[in-house]
Amino acid sequence: MPDASLNKKRPLWYDLNLLNLPLPGLVSILHRISGAALFFLLLWLLYLLDGSLASAERFEAVRQTVSHPLARLVLLGLLWAFLHHLCAGIRYLFLDIHKGVELAPARATSVVVLVVSLVLTAALGWRLLW
Amino acid sequence: MVKRVVVGAHYGLRGWLVQRVSAIVMALYTLAFAVAFAAAKPVDYGQWKALFSQGWMRFATLAFFVSLLLHAWVGMRDILMDYIKPTGWRLALEIVVVLVLVGAAGWSVEILWRT
Repeated sequence: MPDASLNKKRPLWYDLNLLNLPLPGLVSILHRISGAALFFLLLWLLYLLDGSLASAERFEAVRQTVSHPLARLVLLGLLWAFLHHLCAGIRYLFLDIHKGVELAPARATSVVVLVVSLVLTAALGWRLLW
Repeated sequence: MVKRVVVGAHYGLRGWLVQRVSAIVMALYTLAFAVAFAAAKPVDYGQWKALFSQGWMRFATLAFFVSLLLHAWVGMRDILMDYIKPTGWRLALEIVVVLVLVGAAGWSVEILWRT
C-alpha cells in the first residue's frame, strides 16, 4: 500500500556550495570531478605517452610540449586528480568493508585523503615537472 | 532495515564489483610503476623506452589500461545516469564514452607493442 506520508511535499534545500559540504561530501564530489577530469584528458595523456615512446625525436617534442607553463599546470592538475582519486578510492574500499564508517573516523580519513593527495601532488609535481 | 528480495537482474552488482577489482589492479600497478620508475630513473628516450620494453611491464601496463577502460566506463556511466536525463542524449553520450575508451585501449596496445 502506498504510504500517504510519502506523498507529502517536503522542503528541498540542497546546498551546492562545495565549501559548505561536510568533509566526506567534499572528498566525494572531488572524487567524481577528478575522475571525470581524468577521463576527459585521457586521450591527451595517451597522445603524450605515444609520442614519448615512438622515437627519440618525438620524445624530445613531447618534452618540449610538457615544458610549456600551461601544459605543466594542466599536468599538475591531473596529477592531483589522479592522486586524490587514488587516495579517496582507497578510503572507499575500506568503507566497503565497513572500516571507518563512524562519524569521527569518516571525518578524520577525509582530512587524511585531502592532505595526503595535496602533499603528494606538491612533492611529485616538484620532482617530475620542475 | 529494508528487506529486498534480490532476484532476476543484478541490481548493478557486477558494475560495482568491476569498479573495485579494476581499482585494485590500477592501484597495484601504480605502486609497481613507481618502484620501477624510481629504480630505473629514466632521463632520456632510450631509458624511458627500455622501462616499457620489459615483458612484465608491457603486460602490467596492458592490465592497467584494460582496468582503466572498465573502471572509467562504470564511472562515466554513473555520472551520465545522474546528470543526463533524456534517454536519447544519455545513450548518445554513453556511445561516445564507449568509443573513446575502446579506442584508448586499442591505442595503448599499439603503443606498447610497436617495435
